[in-house]
Amino acid sequence: MIEEQEVDLLLTDILDIYGYDFTHYTRASLKRRINRLWTLDKFPSFAELRYRVRTDADYLKRFIEELTVNVTEMFRDPLFYKTLRTQVLPSLMAKPFIRIWHAGCSTGEEVFSMAIILKEANLLTKSLLYATDLNSEVLETARKGIFSLAPMKQYSENYILSGGTQDFSGYYTAHYGRVKFSEEFVQKMVFSTHNLVSDRSFNEFDLILCRNVLIYFDKALQERVLTLFDESLGPLSYLALGAKETLKFSTIQSRYRKIENEKLWQKLK
Amino acid sequence: MAETEIKPTPERSDCKVVLIGGSTGSIEVLLDLLPTLRAPLSFAIIIVLHRKNTADSTLADLLSHKTSLPLKEVDDKDSITAGSIYLAPADYHLLIEQNATFSLDDSEKVNHSRPSIDVTFESAAEIYGPSLVGVLLSGANADGKDGLIAIKKAGGLAVVQQPETAQAAFMPQQAILNAPIDYVVTIPELIRFVNQLNSFND
Repeated sequence: MIEEQEVDLLLTDILDIYGYDFTHYTRASLKRRINRLWTLDKFPSFAELRYRVRTDADYLKRFIEELTVNVTEMFRDPLFYKTLRTQVLPSLMAKPFIRIWHAGCSTGEEVFSMAIILKEANLLTKSLLYATDLNSEVLETARKGIFSLAPMKQYSENYILSGGTQDFSGYYTAHYGRVKFSEEFVQKMVFSTHNLVSDRSFNEFDLILCRNVLIYFDKALQERVLTLFDESLGPLSYLALGAKETLKFSTIQSRYRKIENEKLWQKLK
Repeated sequence: MAETEIKPTPERSDCKVVLIGGSTGSIEVLLDLLPTLRAPLSFAIIIVLHRKNTADSTLADLLSHKTSLPLKEVDDKDSITAGSIYLAPADYHLLIEQNATFSLDDSEKVNHSRPSIDVTFESAAEIYGPSLVGVLLSGANADGKDGLIAIKKAGGLAVVQQPETAQAAFMPQQAILNAPIDYVVTIPELIRFVNQLNSFND
């Protein structure tokens, strides 16, 4: 089990040597992740774990990928997607061009879910989905649009609950336990690394989705990120967070109105 | 060897948090326990149940109808206050920070479960040490056993529902076989035990 001071040492190393700042990640979760990796990679002592992180840049890639949580699924919280379909997309119809940002997109399951509902609303051709993450590795996976076949049954059920009426399996081709989503989706996506801790806003968006990312940040970092989003949202555009995330601790809250029971807010004028 | 007799607990005024974990058959126990708790409560209660992966609040509604104490399903960064009851949300692990706030984590399932009882118990043990009481109820998998071991190591108390009284005996049995348990209790004994911990009760 890693000690509190050892976590500090490790985070300082990673910041000093590689420029990644994890000091405002929630401690309890971070400690769990480090302990997990310590066991998984069989380090005999903390000193050896620290040495490896300090000296092996390739290992650092793995370390960061394992430190951050990359669990995601398609149409997670189907009713959220239903609200997107019924409340948000209709108000974007009149726009000549739609920009959407998936911040912390991981392996891209949510980006593809979004692309599917845009297509079904006849909005995909005039949309561009910016998908960013801290890890370049997960973006590589997302860019390919290739996922495991196993969870597709669950995703298909989620899709139907989200109000989908098409044949979900029509959106991909299956091959040897994997599926590849149609190229028409990937063509509307732009993948790029972006670190919410240190990078700035890069565009103005009609909708920003950042679901189950803020739970890993402390309140100070949450405020920084929400301010970044606020600066990247035009009037009457939308912000979506994870099911248990909230604006209630943030100074930006007063400029937003909540939509129905979902974690979805519209920016006021 | 586990004891079945409930002794007065001299350390009761030190108890800051009672953690309750359970799976199959545990909701019924909570429905018996919650109505007996009298406000004010000198500690917080944190409940971690294996539940269906849906975001609806039916379970929180069901439980809150059984108590006059404030009961809420946890949102990210909520703070932990004595006198309140908190329910781990579906599909997230529930962790506790040094500053007595919750944080949520949607990483891999542990013991096929998210929320996992072990994850919350271990996290709470680190923060609360001897001021923690862990209670493991009915259930059909071995989640919670490692959590109780962590609670004991940190100086807290470990309580397990008597397997014969549990709808699903496996979870309490695994804990009794593998963890050093302080008390193995029937449901009436559990009710008495938790109420005895409340230092506002005389």
